[in-house]
Amino acid sequence: MSETKTGHITGINSNLLTVEFDTSVEQNEVAYALLGDLKLKAEVIRVRGKKADLQVFESTEGLKEGDKVEFTGDLLSVELGPGLLAQVYDGLQNPLNELAEKAGFFLKRGIYLDPLEDSSTWDFTPIAKVGDKVHAGDRLGSVPEGIFTHYIMLPFAFRGTWEVVKIVPAGTYRLRECIAVVRNENGVEREVTMTQKWPVKVPISCYKEKLLPTESITTQQRIIDTFFPVAQGGTFCTPGPFGAGKTVLQHAISQHAEADIVIVAACGERAGEVVEILREYPELTDPRTGQSLMSRSVIICNTSSMPVAAREASVYTAVTIAEYYRQMGLNCLLLADSTSRWAQALREMSGRLEEIPGEEAFPAYLESRIAGFYERAGLVVLNDGSKGSVTIGGSVSPAGGNFEEPVTQATLKVVGAFLGLSRERSSARRFPAIHPLDSWSKYKSIVDAKKLAEARNILRRGHEVDQMMKVVGEEGTNIDDFVLYLKSEFLDFVYLQQNTFDEVDAATSQERQIYMFDHISSILAQKFVFDDKEQARRYFLELRLILTDMNYAPFKEEEFKVLEQKMNEKISERAEKDA
Amino acid sequence: MRKVYHNIIQIAGNVITVEADNVAYNDLAEVSSGDGNTSLAQVIRIQDGKVYLQVFAGSRGISTNDEVRFLGHPMKVSSSADLLGRVFTGSGEPRDGRPAIHDDLINIGGPSVNPAKRIIPRNMIRTGIPMIDVFNTLVDSQKLPIFSVAGEPYNELLARIAMQAEVDVIILGGMGLKHDDYLAFRNTLDEHGALSRSVLFIHTASDPVVECLLVPDMCLAVAESYALQNKKVLVLLSDMTNFADALKEISITMEQIPSNRGYPGDLYSQLAARYEKAVDFDDAGSITILAVTTMPGDDVTHPIPDNTGYITEGQFYLRNGRIEPFGSLSRLKQQVNGRTRADHRVIMDTMIRFYSDFKETLEKQSMGFRMSAWDSKLLKFGKLFEEKMMDLSVNIPLEEALDQGWQILAECFDATESGIKTDLIEQFWPKK
Repeated sequence: MSETKTGHITGINSNLLTVEFDTSVEQNEVAYALLGDLKLKAEVIRVRGKKADLQVFESTEGLKEGDKVEFTGDLLSVELGPGLLAQVYDGLQNPLNELAEKAGFFLKRGIYLDPLEDSSTWDFTPIAKVGDKVHAGDRLGSVPEGIFTHYIMLPFAFRGTWEVVKIVPAGTYRLRECIAVVRNENGVEREVTMTQKWPVKVPISCYKEKLLPTESITTQQRIIDTFFPVAQGGTFCTPGPFGAGKTVLQHAISQHAEADIVIVAACGERAGEVVEILREYPELTDPRTGQSLMSRSVIICNTSSMPVAAREASVYTAVTIAEYYRQMGLNCLLLADSTSRWAQALREMSGRLEEIPGEEAFPAYLESRIAGFYERAGLVVLNDGSKGSVTIGGSVSPAGGNFEEPVTQATLKVVGAFLGLSRERSSARRFPAIHPLDSWSKYKSIVDAKKLAEARNILRRGHEVDQMMKVVGEEGTNIDDFVLYLKSEFLDFVYLQQNTFDEVDAATSQERQIYMFDHISSILAQKFVFDDKEQARRYFLELRLILTDMNYAPFKEEEFKVLEQKMNEKISERAEKDA
Repeated sequence: MRKVYHNIIQIAGNVITVEADNVAYNDLAEVSSGDGNTSLAQVIRIQDGKVYLQVFAGSRGISTNDEVRFLGHPMKVSSSADLLGRVFTGSGEPRDGRPAIHDDLINIGGPSVNPAKRIIPRNMIRTGIPMIDVFNTLVDSQKLPIFSVAGEPYNELLARIAMQAEVDVIILGGMGLKHDDYLAFRNTLDEHGALSRSVLFIHTASDPVVECLLVPDMCLAVAESYALQNKKVLVLLSDMTNFADALKEISITMEQIPSNRGYPGDLYSQLAARYEKAVDFDDAGSITILAVTTMPGDDVTHPIPDNTGYITEGQFYLRNGRIEPFGSLSRLKQQVNGRTRADHRVIMDTMIRFYSDFKETLEKQSMGFRMSAWDSKLLKFGKLFEEKMMDLSVNIPLEEALDQGWQILAECFDATESGIKTDLIEQFWPKK
């Protein structure tokens, strides 16, 4: 390659630099602004004439007009390889723990560390043989990474057909040691190590085809899995005003979801929330694997006070890592909290670029960016026929809790499930505060569709009765309507609400959900005989108590069975005898 | 000797533009007029040889041939222990007539704390206010705004919490503070002998608007340096709405495209950069931030309270001289209220549940529905609760407040009606 391309600063406006370049630049390439010994990472986001606009991923304090800028010719990339799991990165894939060791309490600017530890060694087992013809994404070998088999693949950037010229025998190798040599049709030979780089804003597309997501991912949250399911490889969003429990819900999903790999992108939110993950996940055990939760997680955190431009990069860094593990045939779940902050980062830059604003000053390309991000989810058939998936869940923080705003609306257009959190439910302490009437999902539920439709119907009609009672009072409501209302409240309390802080209730397995939903459906369908409303109210309160206790009892164990018996007796107490 | 520039080519709002070279972004400059007046200014934009400066004292009276001298460094503040007991202006000049302090200068607005060096907060801050201690416990390193409207006693509340909180250092940042309020703060601190462990950065309503932009950063930079010396620091900011309005003014002057009701698109990031300074350091002290946000028109969806709510760890609603139990929230209370006393959580949940039932009953009553025996009990409870718990004049430690809670419950209901678990009833229900 030729020598480094350079330029010099002609304008500084917060984190936006205008740079006059000497030869040429590439859109979205990475550049460094030189401030004494410090190099500040930046990305080219617009070129006009001989001037380029760069967004800087750090504070620009101290830069001067005329300061030198070096262009790298590379797009903003992440390093992929064994050792990503259990890591905590900032939005640019700087490992935060190592950074803390090096720089102390604060995130000093201009320090960029290797995302993967150079000195780490891995037990490599070859899969490909000399003479094999391989394509990008094909497996050359594997290393064990925790409980996973981490496949070392032909780098995704290698186009065309390559022949394996050399591959090392099984053994222990350093991370960046050459493990294979490949040659393409033009005779170009290249070395392959266990790591590779990939530009974050480009989807990894080394697969045969994308399938329609059908199977649902079990989040162990009853209201989601039963009422508003999310498919493996699907997308969902959780918009809600502040204090409605978005982050608690996301944490619950990240802990209990039955995915192989969970990637949490804390994007522009409170640092305290990330600290809870950082400090608690290593202590929590994943019941499915017996390992610590951390060993299946990657955490990307670019909290609200960290540089804004890196906030935008952080969601892409996260989704690229998810796609990488998908290429190994794993099911990955990406949780981004919150995509609104990412959209706001776009808005800030757009404002500095003096682009013509769209609604609420968001840039006109907001919708296509959001769509492009969620489109990176999917269930795919890989080159070798195995399947892998990326499921994306984004929380949205609409201004004023109003869902009519551009980010929520743009998100709703492209996601498969909408789990709308409501202030009304959170104030009533009904958690998770997902609104059962407003939310929707396009995916298939784990329970019987007919029974589900009936349950939904009861929720809706119960709500209508509730509204009516506010006007005419209890006296003016007939007993049938009143019982309907009690049934809908019953369903809400014993099934939709779930206590995420209780050991048992926090996670409900798919089997248990189907089992309990059957019970509840039959109660909802049951006709009861009551003398008066007061009797009906007390009856449902007692029944509710039994079922709530059941939720807190380990499934199908002694206590559970006793309560189940009690429940059946309670039902027959008031059940209408067949004529 | 630094170069002096005389060619101010534009004055718009509180922003002046000079043609200058070799100027670093965010650097300070002194603008001196012929009559000897000097004002600090900060570089907020550089474009093709033109340097835009926001003038903290305002641009009124600045003439095109005034001197602009760049100082070659960004805004700094002293972090020396001599600051304690002192009062400064928004730009760090002494307000108390004593000499300026220039030791141990540090930059303001420094980088954010590495999340890996934070720990989960675990210490309760006792305030003696039952609505806080019992229902929405304040926790060390929490960032919490008081949402209020003009006329509410928010500054008194702030001062009271500061007096009762067991902290090493109190830092007060006043933004657009009424002069009376400033004096009231100072006198309260003085009366309680807390002035000697306090630092005040005061921007009053009569000072130039832009100067208040520096106040949070000054306070937090000083707080950070004390916290790193193992001190527990409490930062009080009043009123952040003025800060946000000053941001709005500058951004409009700079012809930035506004996002919502005229506020700049980066309002969230700007507020977060300040609030996120609240921290519990691994192996060092902590910073707790209590800020007042007055809500224009009592509207919580206004951009300032709305963005604040998304950043902070809860909020206290101050309305009608009381801390509202429903809108108020301390997101960190779960971290501490399980370890105070066995009945803390149950008293918190039960009383709030009954108070919410009481509100419903009130509504029913006002609509003319018949009141049952149960309704009368609730009405009695609501009255007692408002009197003995919600009233801001109540000043009792947490344990006493919990006992009071049991008393109120026992006065209104019998034990089974309370719905409290049997073992706690046996232990705590007042014996007649």
